Amino acid sequence: MEYPLPFERYNSALKKNILLGLKCRQCQKITCPPQMTCQECSSFDLEITELGGTGTIQTYTTIYIAAENRENEVPYVIVLVELEEGPWIMGELSAINPEEASLDMIGKRVRMGNRVFPGDRYSNGSAARPVFYRLD
Amino acid sequence: MRKVAIIGTGHTDFGFNSPKTGLELFCEAATEAMVEANVQPKDIQALYCGNGLSDFSEGQIMIQSYIADSLGCRHIPATRFEAACSSATVAIRDAYMWVASGFYDIVLVGGTEKATAMGTALATRTFAMGTDARYEFPAGLTFPGFFGLLANLYAKKYNIPFERLRNQMSLVSVQSHSYGVKNPHAQFKKEITVDQVEKAFMVASPLTLLDCCPFSDGAAALVIASEEKARALCDTPIYIAGVGQASSGMLSCQYKDIPRLKAREISVKQAYDMAGVGPQDIDVCELHDCFSIASIIAAEGLGFAEFGKGGQLWEKEETRIGGKIPINISGGLKSKGHPIGATGASQTVEIVKQLRGDLVGQERQVEGARVGLVDTLGGDGILCNLILKKERE
Ligand SMILES: [Zn+2]
Repeated sequence: MEYPLPFERYNSALKKNILLGLKCRQCQKITCPPQMTCQECSSFDLEITELGGTGTIQTYTTIYIAAENRENEVPYVIVLVELEEGPWIMGELSAINPEEASLDMIGKRVRMGNRVFPGDRYSNGSAARPVFYRLD
Repeated sequence: MRKVAIIGTGHTDFGFNSPKTGLELFCEAATEAMVEANVQPKDIQALYCGNGLSDFSEGQIMIQSYIADSLGCRHIPATRFEAACSSATVAIRDAYMWVASGFYDIVLVGGTEKATAMGTALATRTFAMGTDARYEFPAGLTFPGFFGLLANLYAKKYNIPFERLRNQMSLVSVQSHSYGVKNPHAQFKKEITVDQVEKAFMVASPLTLLDCCPFSDGAAALVIASEEKARALCDTPIYIAGVGQASSGMLSCQYKDIPRLKAREISVKQAYDMAGVGPQDIDVCELHDCFSIASIIAAEGLGFAEFGKGGQLWEKEETRIGGKIPINISGGLKSKGHPIGATGASQTVEIVKQLRGDLVGQERQVEGARVGLVDTLGGDGILCNLILKKERE
């Protein structure tokens, strides 16, 4: 059985700020990032769907110690965002002074854009990742 | 299934910049365990080795077969277990299964790691390989970041004022160091204060350097035997009474559960049910304290405190010797060290020694301990638990 939404397709869409997920025809729940099966009911009966890219911050951390060759990125803020369609995704919070990130951001609305991680010697090429901007 | 016992233990010093190779470290721990168990290389029927990163740290894959040969255990099946930080615990669970099934009578199991040779940047990169390579690492996730996300979520979800959680996390690290001082194998033998934890530099907010375990080198090993062999070879066998293992996916996909880690609750229930005990029966516990908040989350998942109240165990000193549930009397990963492939074997060695009453001389014996629990977390979602008992049922 074919993987319903391969990384390559998810990634090229994300590079155009289009967030793709999977809608379950059995339970109607949304899975994102993609999986082989519905993350709610494990059904294989999935269709690709475009998500709105807005949601709310659920938690955050400011990273000060980076992995090899990413030292020039620190400090940066990572957030887990609950999308309006239900699933949570991970991304970077942009347009904020990392020193000012605080628990007060939790529950605030964000909209998604993207930034491309060029990859390193251990990655199989580049990968777009969501970047979020505060709406309120 | 047959009863299975641990009849020998070995443990190297844990520390920075070991001059020895991962293979050499394993062989030293293994021979110590074999001497204690009174077995020879020819008696070992299989070797199971936990190891996370020898590919990256030493350019060595299939380290297990070179270990078996070097030990003189010629031509036996040797298998490497990679489950990030829980590699050795998963190896012990499998060793248990093979002996319990009757397929083998005596198995050598342990773990080894050399992480410090990689340096902080590469070590941080390789540890981050335990996150999802396509949907998490590109966003910049590191392992301290994983627990930084959980710490902030924890404060928010349970409505704990941040200053109180900050203090609870500091108390976890302070306690670990207070016992690490007494453990001759520990990487850090130095007391720290709450103030030092809070003023140390930030690694991934809200976690400072002293909320985080170190990179470490080291090895630990055990000899596992059927009850019949154990009785013939050993006066103080420690029985493996329950085992559990479970896994889960990337952090964002665990959204319905976090900061709880559902895999732990499933794994430890398997172990409790199999051993016929509950959290109230555990006399001593080694749990996975890779970060201070991880200890609090683990204590709750294992059933020692209500969700959102784990930190109170440390506030009330219930986790010290003499308290309700002594936790990480070894110094834990924080102070004893965290050579990831060896960690679960080290935790298990510690519990065996506690149940045998071996630690009186080190002034960290939990008096009268009969039932002990091992808890190891690998990456974002491999949980393995073992329950050990002093006496056979
Ligand atoms: Zn479904």
